[in-house]
Amino acid sequence: MKLPIYLDYAATTPVDPRVAEKMIPYLTANFGNPASRSHSFGWEAESAVEKAREQVADLVGADPKEIIWTSGATESDNLAIKGAAHFYGRDKGKHLITVKTEHKAVLDTMREMERQGYQVTYLDVRENGLIDLEAFKAALTPDTCLASVMLVNNEIGVIQPIAEIGALCREKGVIFHVDAAQAAGKVAIDLKNLPVDLMSFSAHKAYGPKGIGALYVRRKPRVRLEAEMHGGGHERGFRSGTLPTHQIVGMGEAFALAREEMAAENARIAGLRDRLLAGLSGIESAYVNGDLDARIPHNLNVSFAYVEGESLIMAIKDLAVSSGSACTSASLEPSYVLSALGRSDELAHSSIRFSLGRFTTEEEIDHAISLLTQKVAQLRDMSPLWEMAQAGIDLNTVQWAAH
Amino acid sequence: MSYSAKVIDHYENPRNVGSFDKDDADVGTGMVGQPTCGDVMKLQIKVGKDGIIEDARFKTYGCGSAIASSSLVTEWVKGKTVEEAMTIRNTQIAEELALPPVKIHCSVLAEDAIKAAVADYRKKHGENQGE
Repeated sequence: MKLPIYLDYAATTPVDPRVAEKMIPYLTANFGNPASRSHSFGWEAESAVEKAREQVADLVGADPKEIIWTSGATESDNLAIKGAAHFYGRDKGKHLITVKTEHKAVLDTMREMERQGYQVTYLDVRENGLIDLEAFKAALTPDTCLASVMLVNNEIGVIQPIAEIGALCREKGVIFHVDAAQAAGKVAIDLKNLPVDLMSFSAHKAYGPKGIGALYVRRKPRVRLEAEMHGGGHERGFRSGTLPTHQIVGMGEAFALAREEMAAENARIAGLRDRLLAGLSGIESAYVNGDLDARIPHNLNVSFAYVEGESLIMAIKDLAVSSGSACTSASLEPSYVLSALGRSDELAHSSIRFSLGRFTTEEEIDHAISLLTQKVAQLRDMSPLWEMAQAGIDLNTVQWAAH
Repeated sequence: MSYSAKVIDHYENPRNVGSFDKDDADVGTGMVGQPTCGDVMKLQIKVGKDGIIEDARFKTYGCGSAIASSSLVTEWVKGKTVEEAMTIRNTQIAEELALPPVKIHCSVLAEDAIKAAVADYRKKHGENQGE
């Protein structure tokens, strides 16, 4: 077994060797610009780009014409939210709805829309991380032009009921955007039947390369966007910029593999996740964050009470895991996602996200369990909070000295 | 977060982890920090008849730097008089452990823990609490 063990697939995945193999010729021999119409170098690149567009569309039940290449899910989220809000906000109204547990790519874009004069509602989630449909319905106003809700949460892996949310949006003529960066290749997505107008995808969360993503833009009924990137009019004017053929080929191949292997892979990973969960259940005062049923099998987010997260990560340095999301783990703030679930801060401080993937093995899971069991016990021996809890003191009644 | 070798050493081999009986007349206990801030430090000193700190123990809930800071001060206070222990400054702790700017608060907490432990000891012995 090779150390450290990678259990951070939600941060990024390795490029599948089968994907890398398909990409390489497009860096060297077939280097043409897909926009070159006057020679075979360009034609060859264009045909590779269009094949990949089909592969991406096929995984999610879309028409290839509905797929726009971007640099990744962050750009897709920006283009979807800004592009649709700028277009529809003029007539419909300047109100947007999103959820407090969204990825920063959505939340920070919403903050920018507020600076531009839009009103944004940030919905709470229930204790299990799922959105309350009644609360969503109540948030819709005649001015609402767009709602954005992620399909799978990056920190806790819960699956939001986007079909139901989309139906509510349709009723009110609200454009519905879904960030599916953590979902593609892990949950079945059929855009033919889902009431979703815009959907963001990323390649590197699904064994493709970093730096490439896509935005689904529905054609029937047609969804309009104002372009945010201007230039040569690539991607039907939605997103200018020379297409990175090798990256696109990689994303296409990664999504094609996901389509073929998703069912078997999910079953295998669910087995590993159950093994991890069973193993960690032996640790006292450990709690799973987020709903366990409406959840992808790849994610387990656990709070170890009375142990601080950063010191735990340091203690289990054989495991590559994250505390909070990768984007916020450099800060000292407890995870905003776990705070939104109503977890007390001290529990939030000790949360670890385990994310499993294609190359995770049973042996690795067993090693993770034994290491965690041992290190959590060690850190608790050193924890004054654990000592007080063992003595029967309710920590909520203690007067802490301010500092 | 990359840590200095000294932080890692204290974190992996913490000195003087444990507890004394807090009701012992020779023991001063200081507990500082808050769980909601991500760190709580408990420092205990055992003071001899001559006013010299014979032994020290700590328990810390916190990041690697917080654990290392408290481990370090248990070593530093031993053999010092209570008055000498009060002169230990957070800047010395931060310098010794090469703490990055975002972890300076850990050294501040360790200094506060010494002061709190000494104050508790002095209270038991009817001394005034000023420095």
